[in-house]
Amino acid sequence: MTIRHVKIIMGKELRGYFNSPLAYIFMTVFLVLSSWLYFRSFFLIGQSSMRDFFAILPWFFLVLIPAMTMRLWAEEKKLGTFETLLTAPITEWEAVLGKFMASFTFLFITLVCSSALPMILFFIGNPDWGAILGGYLGSLFLGAVYLSLGLWISSNTDNQIIAFIISVLVMFLLYVMGESFVLHTAPQKLVPFFKYVAVGQHFKSIGRGVIDSRDIIYYFLTTYLFLYLNVVTLKSRKWH
Amino acid sequence: MSVIKVRNLRKKYGNFEALRGISFEVKKGEILGFLGPNGAGKTTTMKILTCFMSASSGTAQVSNYDCFKEGLKVRKKIGYLPENNPLYMDMTVMEYLHYRAQLHEIKKKDIPVRIAKVVEDSGLAGKLYNPIGSLSKGYRQRVGLAAALIHDPEILILDEPTAGLDPNQIVEIRTLIKKLGKEKTVILCSHLLAEVELTCNRIVIIDRGRIVASGTPAELRNTVDGHANVQITAKGDAKKVTKVIEKIDGVKHVSTRQVNDRGATGYDVITVKNKDLRSEIAKEIVEKDFKLLDIHREFVTLEEVFNQVTGKSE
Repeated sequence: MTIRHVKIIMGKELRGYFNSPLAYIFMTVFLVLSSWLYFRSFFLIGQSSMRDFFAILPWFFLVLIPAMTMRLWAEEKKLGTFETLLTAPITEWEAVLGKFMASFTFLFITLVCSSALPMILFFIGNPDWGAILGGYLGSLFLGAVYLSLGLWISSNTDNQIIAFIISVLVMFLLYVMGESFVLHTAPQKLVPFFKYVAVGQHFKSIGRGVIDSRDIIYYFLTTYLFLYLNVVTLKSRKWH
Repeated sequence: MSVIKVRNLRKKYGNFEALRGISFEVKKGEILGFLGPNGAGKTTTMKILTCFMSASSGTAQVSNYDCFKEGLKVRKKIGYLPENNPLYMDMTVMEYLHYRAQLHEIKKKDIPVRIAKVVEDSGLAGKLYNPIGSLSKGYRQRVGLAAALIHDPEILILDEPTAGLDPNQIVEIRTLIKKLGKEKTVILCSHLLAEVELTCNRIVIIDRGRIVASGTPAELRNTVDGHANVQITAKGDAKKVTKVIEKIDGVKHVSTRQVNDRGATGYDVITVKNKDLRSEIAKEIVEKDFKLLDIHREFVTLEEVFNQVTGKSE
């Protein structure tokens, strides 16, 4: 694998994001809505913390991230450029990583844009920086898992809408598995499994400012798993 | 020296056998026409050669690299224009060519030189900063070709390069392909006979996953027998004229047909293979006092070859 190839594809995809109005629309909608929901209760509660912001963030990701990944492979398949891309002298891993890194960079930029919130907190109060940084770190990890999942789902279809809907659904399931009402109704034996597999659990503990290696390993493993499945999907074109 | 070697290639899609044992070779500098009806297996073969797919069995080699084991090396040697010429519509021509150049690991300082070269070769000057989506089909085809040529590949694989173009554009693209064929080995896939006949030195005809004929256009014509190769129009009693022609040595069969000239009859004469009897026939007819209006030799069209060989299998 050559990092240069990954960078070329990443550059192309990033330009793709910013050349289309869609990226700006999603960014704006996300920033406006999340800030609005946050500030609605901010002055009532009167605490300079971002707990509420990070509590709703996974729900925003549920829509934001499938919208970011749905295009990446489905469009290539629809246009047929899938064939020109994969007959270029690059490997499947390079293509997958390039696309993943592009979407990750885009998410990173979006989150950086939301940093106006902690700035405001800094001026009017005395926030807990550990929790805020942890929250952002957790958001990036959670985003990476969702992005790799969305990217993989996109590689299975040539229809962007289908990629979007399936991604929302799967991410939703992966998130609510860890919610308490699911854990209470699930069979007792499965509860530890659900707890470990669900993305939300790990997000919450990092969001408290507790950085546990188990959570980090979880995020790396799941992201890797979905990227790997993506490569398998691409390679499977050869066998049928 | 053969740059492409394909041995007994088979490909199954589920229960459907798209390729049923295809073998052929392409020599350096050849323009090979890969001809066949739609669904014959042309595109499948090209996808295997470009390492986009693997075969169920058999081997394929490009420049002595195995298509299944050394895919990356093979892909560097090949410039590929897939069927329907897929392009990113929102990129400009310049952006796209630059991207393709990067993918092929062309050195940064060489990229502008290469782009200038392929833009000149494919006649894209003046369109460099237009979004691909805004270009006409003919220009898009040039963009596809330019992208296939960007890394100066030894081998060019073109899958239906003139599909959907208007007659003028078709002529332009064919001229371009011929020009490219002087330096490169080209495989041209098409279901249009005229196309391969005009551009290729050698033709492989494939039907239902098998090669049914191959050779130069002239060789292929020779494989067809029983064709009327002299056509005559003459005035006079048709039965008598027929008798006169039949007596000539080398004539196998004479049949009549209606023509537009009043009082005249048309004759299709089948002669012994590769023998030109025009002067003898003309002499006989004139000597017997019939009025000869027209005589010409009809070459077997590749269409007839095609119909015969594709009809024969199974």
